Amino acid sequence: MRKPQALLDRVDHPPWWRDRRVIPWLVQGVVGLLLLVLIAFLLGNLVHNLTARGMLLSWRWLGEPAGFDISESFLPFDAAQPYWRGLAAGLANTLRAVLSGLVGATLLGTLAGMASFSRNGLLRGLTRAYVEIIRNIPLLLQLIFWYFVVFLSLPNGTAALQIPGVVLAKSGLYLAGFSQGMHWSLPQLINGVWQAPWRLSVEFAALLSGLIIYSGAFIAEVVRGGIASVPKGQWEAATSLGMGWFPTLRHVVLPQALRVIVPGLNTQYISLAKNSSLAVAVGFSDLYSVAETTLNQTGRALEVYLLLLGAYLALDLVISVVMNGLNRLVQIRER
Amino acid sequence: MNLLLRRLRADLFATPADGALSLGLIALISAAAVGLVQWACQKAQWAVIQANSTLFAVGRYPEAQQWRLWLLTALLTAATGVSWGLLRSHPRADREGQLWPRNDRLVLGLLAAVALWVPWALRLAPALQSRWWLLAALLGASRWLAGRFGSHLSRPLLRLFPLVWPLLYLIGMVLISGGLGLMPVPPSQWGGLLLTLLTASFAILLCFPLGVLLALGRRSDLPLLRWSAVVYIEFIRGAPLITLLFLGQNILGFLLPGGLAPDRIWRAAWVLTFFAAAYLAEAVRSGLAAVPKGQAEAARSLGLSYPQTLVRVVLPQALRVALPAMVGQFISLFQDTTLLSLIGLLELLGVARTVMANPEFLGNNREVYLTLALLFWSCCAALGLGSRALEKRLDPQTLSQSASRP
Repeated sequence: MRKPQALLDRVDHPPWWRDRRVIPWLVQGVVGLLLLVLIAFLLGNLVHNLTARGMLLSWRWLGEPAGFDISESFLPFDAAQPYWRGLAAGLANTLRAVLSGLVGATLLGTLAGMASFSRNGLLRGLTRAYVEIIRNIPLLLQLIFWYFVVFLSLPNGTAALQIPGVVLAKSGLYLAGFSQGMHWSLPQLINGVWQAPWRLSVEFAALLSGLIIYSGAFIAEVVRGGIASVPKGQWEAATSLGMGWFPTLRHVVLPQALRVIVPGLNTQYISLAKNSSLAVAVGFSDLYSVAETTLNQTGRALEVYLLLLGAYLALDLVISVVMNGLNRLVQIRER
Repeated sequence: MNLLLRRLRADLFATPADGALSLGLIALISAAAVGLVQWACQKAQWAVIQANSTLFAVGRYPEAQQWRLWLLTALLTAATGVSWGLLRSHPRADREGQLWPRNDRLVLGLLAAVALWVPWALRLAPALQSRWWLLAALLGASRWLAGRFGSHLSRPLLRLFPLVWPLLYLIGMVLISGGLGLMPVPPSQWGGLLLTLLTASFAILLCFPLGVLLALGRRSDLPLLRWSAVVYIEFIRGAPLITLLFLGQNILGFLLPGGLAPDRIWRAAWVLTFFAAAYLAEAVRSGLAAVPKGQAEAARSLGLSYPQTLVRVVLPQALRVALPAMVGQFISLFQDTTLLSLIGLLELLGVARTVMANPEFLGNNREVYLTLALLFWSCCAALGLGSRALEKRLDPQTLSQSASRP
């Protein structure tokens, strides 16, 4: 009878390195220590290197005049204004690109996602081809293509592409709108230069086209997955109750599909916001490109980096909060 | 014929509105196709690609040392052929053994056509053209040898064969960078497709173990592990890749003792790795979440230790579920290597931009960008196809079918 007793003893009182109560603390202690040593090592080097160069964290340079210009800015900005105004103008440009990109990509993606359920085989194939082509080519390559190949080779002056209310020329995209109060005006050619109430630079137009078409393909997949997740019986049940195609989609399918679509959209929106930083490749002065110029002029790598990171994290957070709110609205409410 | 007509009618001309839409689309598509073909055959000047093909392939890698890259390519080709033969030609539970299954014949034909046509279209020197043909022949031959005689090899040898790949990776690193008696070639001279493939494969290989560890950390019961994984993953996922590359180039030097920071290319490759690990961790986490808790509990109650449970029971199931998402991440990682051109490295896109800055090739950017797009598209599409095939092969339903066969 001694053997089983010894076995029981070993199970009840294992050596300390196999004790269930000790192991978690042991593991966490070791990992925590390693992390602490790593962080202390990196921070120590940082402080040491920055002190050696006399560049310890300081924010005073933000108030100095920037000395560079921003080609296109929502907030008025010129070279004599301080750096922080330049960064704010860059942030405004980023926000403008992200917001218009979100709207455009959502529209395009929703249309393409719905078209992949069309009865027309050709339309289905075309949607499929769009998604497969766009998703397998790097966004940066697409942006550069839009800018250098498409928009920069547009003609200027009278040869510009014109549809009523819209003119697309090498100097920019001109849109009709209200100018000087309530006065509707169309783009017009004055002394060989187009004038219109709304003008988008080609840089912005290239960035926007690239972002919308790229994100649209991903959003189309999200929408397609959402609609496909609704069981076929739902369509059939609604039809047999006498509902038409659109009422079925509107009242039966979409409310159920949205529960799947909204979380997917959240991911896509955040990656669109982050992808907008590739604007630097097409010469649009977004936050990242202004920050890069600022760094080259001031050499304040760490401060610029912290600002940049903070801005993008905040942007992601805002998108997430809004989308989570939306998600709560569309989730099913159990009785 | 009748069936085809009926099918066309149901697909394209079911209602008048549908018919009008189809006609419009057909007109649009054929106009675009005709325009593209006309441009590619008549107006496009492909000389920019032909004159710079070496630059696109390897960048400014010294010409006297390029034999090392040819040797590496030959080794990789042979290993690919042998692996292909061993994987495809042997009888398996779910399949009769067949030396050349239909898909393989298709792929071989396609590869042969590419190997014959591309060197000719690029107007390579005859010596270089024949090297590509030899490589294609090597692939076919090693594929045939492995398929024909592979079954005579002993089992342990077959089991050890996959180890050829990591070994080849190390050999490749030595061949590319030099050392061990070879003349060193500094990373600043690597470029083009070579650099793209090198950084992408480096990041893909290393981000995988990191990502799995991070995913396990994020699902751990230990608060310290969980929170450090969460902070890391969310921090990386919140920042655009370009800002992280910026961190690697401008700030990493401050974080390490002087002189310890690696070369710019390696810094970028490590940034890509750490970046991809965070995204991969999320993919693996979704796979882990899909494994029922009972699996781990059953394994534990059978007396398996925690690491055994993880490696033998939980991870195989989790990784199978996570496979499509993981390959998706690898594809986007491959595409993300283009961002290296924004920090001044000469990978494919960077080389393209330097070529276009050359006044001799001014205005030829359509040809260059289209070629790059085609290259990236084929690589990514092939990865996607492979992932779908693997997914089907690892599907429990296929597996159980193959197990139930005598």
